[in-house]
Amino acid sequence: MVLIQARNITYKYPINDGQSALKNVNFTIEEGGFYAIIGKSAAGKTTLCNVIRGFIPHFHRGDLQGELIVEGKDIREWEMDELAKKIGFIFQNPFTQISGVKDTVFDEIAYGLENLGVEVSEIKARVKQIINLLGIEHLQDKNPYELSGGQKQRVAFAAVIVMDPDILVIDEPTSQLDPKGTKDIFEIIKLLKERGKTIILVEHKIELIAENADYVYVMHEGEIVHGGKMEHVFSDPKVLEYEAGLPQYALLGIEVQKRNPSFSRIPINKSQAEKELKKWMEKQEVY
Amino acid sequence: MSFIQIRDVSYTYPNGFMAVKRVSTNIEKGEKLAIVGQNGAGKTTTVKMMNGLLRPSKGDIFIDGLNTKGYTTAQISKRVGYVFQNPDDQIFHSDVYSEIAYGPKKKGLSEEEISNRVEKVAKLAGIDRYLDENPYNLPFSTRKFVTIACVLAMDVDVVILDEPTAGQDYVGMAQITKLINYLQKNNKTVITITHDMEFVVNNFERVIVMANKQIIADKNKRDVFWDFNVIEQSSIKQPYISELANSMSFESKILTIDEFVNYLFNSKKKV
Ligand SMILES: Nc1ncnc2c1ncn2[C@@H]1O[C@H](COP(=O)(O)OP(=O)(O)OP(=O)(O)O)[C@@H](O)[C@H]1O
Ligand SMILES: [Mg+2]
Repeated sequence: MVLIQARNITYKYPINDGQSALKNVNFTIEEGGFYAIIGKSAAGKTTLCNVIRGFIPHFHRGDLQGELIVEGKDIREWEMDELAKKIGFIFQNPFTQISGVKDTVFDEIAYGLENLGVEVSEIKARVKQIINLLGIEHLQDKNPYELSGGQKQRVAFAAVIVMDPDILVIDEPTSQLDPKGTKDIFEIIKLLKERGKTIILVEHKIELIAENADYVYVMHEGEIVHGGKMEHVFSDPKVLEYEAGLPQYALLGIEVQKRNPSFSRIPINKSQAEKELKKWMEKQEVY
Repeated sequence: MSFIQIRDVSYTYPNGFMAVKRVSTNIEKGEKLAIVGQNGAGKTTTVKMMNGLLRPSKGDIFIDGLNTKGYTTAQISKRVGYVFQNPDDQIFHSDVYSEIAYGPKKKGLSEEEISNRVEKVAKLAGIDRYLDENPYNLPFSTRKFVTIACVLAMDVDVVILDEPTAGQDYVGMAQITKLINYLQKNNKTVITITHDMEFVVNNFERVIVMANKQIIADKNKRDVFWDFNVIEQSSIKQPYISELANSMSFESKILTIDEFVNYLFNSKKKV
């Protein structure tokens, strides 16, 4: 089922010098899919996220053209509080997501549910569950302002997924995380997908997208210049032109191919790389 | 005597939480190194003590032979510059130019010197076209470059970058690499905290690994990234290419694509 449909979206920020932040953007988001948006900084990824969650046009002025349909209804017609229940948004910068009104991490994560008037016993149960899922038990009594950068980012993530929205728009959720924490967050995103959530993820960590996402959209200067099944997008060296980056495994494959063209299939993840290299090595009768 | 000496330093936050426990190390003038390690390990706390933003609860830090105890934060920060992990902790002005000019102004430079310096460091940081913009209208990753430019403008001996790679794309990464090389060429000491292992491999030799309030390793990158104990304890990972080499049982501690390809083709010749 089509959940979100964008048709010819063009958007100009009020402050900018006539440049459009989004140009003629079209895409489709199916229910239950895991979509990654990649592209270099200032390509329009965060702006696009802000349209999907209704901040544009509801809170930011500027000129929005085209339509964005969420569950059959144009974004302009959605009430923001209804949309906020449907779409959970995790900021790129975890430092701005902390509410500033709660003294402990536990209460910070509970804050959104409190605002919805959820019953106290249910709030406690749900917050505990999320704290366990993220493995941040040791942080729950700390002040949210007295955390390290990575700890704050985990709390910001928890505070959104505890709301259990159907759609998650996640803008670089692992930018401050150590490598293990990053892997853990991807595991959790996968789990959420298994539970039927629709995931829209902006991320620079290409290798992790290549392990996990179903579809990839490549943005460049306000446009979606490439999009489709993840495998197709990443095995296309054209992606390099947009400076969105390719997985290390693909870059390795391209180098091997330069030295010996008989290495024909460019791998995009570790298991493919291992398989292709072994196959090729056997053919060369090297080992 | 080393340029920076950290001697048995511990730090306890005002709320009673001990974040750094008995850390010691030496860093030379003109050296560059990376600090990696798990979230909450104490990396930020440690480097903030080097420029006097935090003061050791125990132990001493010497910069260029002087104990930081005897100096104000303002005095220390003339020698040691720190780029915050969160740029918004550092930005106070409503346009990029004034933000960068603030430090040099306080140093008492003339208008002309200030403007020359601002132009120069803005170019180095790749933000010269944003000088008139409000920093808050710029993306997070660009704001980070604004704060880097501010520290460059102070012309300090030691530059500490706290996660400059966070949220940076390919182009931003290249810009940071360029900057680090520039600083090194000018005999500056560069200390960079990062969670990006490929970035470490491409830019540094010496790597300090922190876990659970302490330094658990301080050695060459190759020794760090093939020490599975250290990796496990500090929540870091091998670079992707090393992981691949490891699971294919290559008999070489590979770190880069080049090394991988060379290994592949050289072992072919042997047969
Ligand atoms: N202002 C504060 N008050 C009390 N405790 C704090 C404060 N800031 C940080 N801490 C705690 O000190 C420990 C070390 O934090 P620090 O910021 O130095 O970690 P870090 O290694 O930089 O982590 P990250 O990779 O997440 O940035 C953490 O457990 C954190 O919760
Ligand atoms: Mg830190």
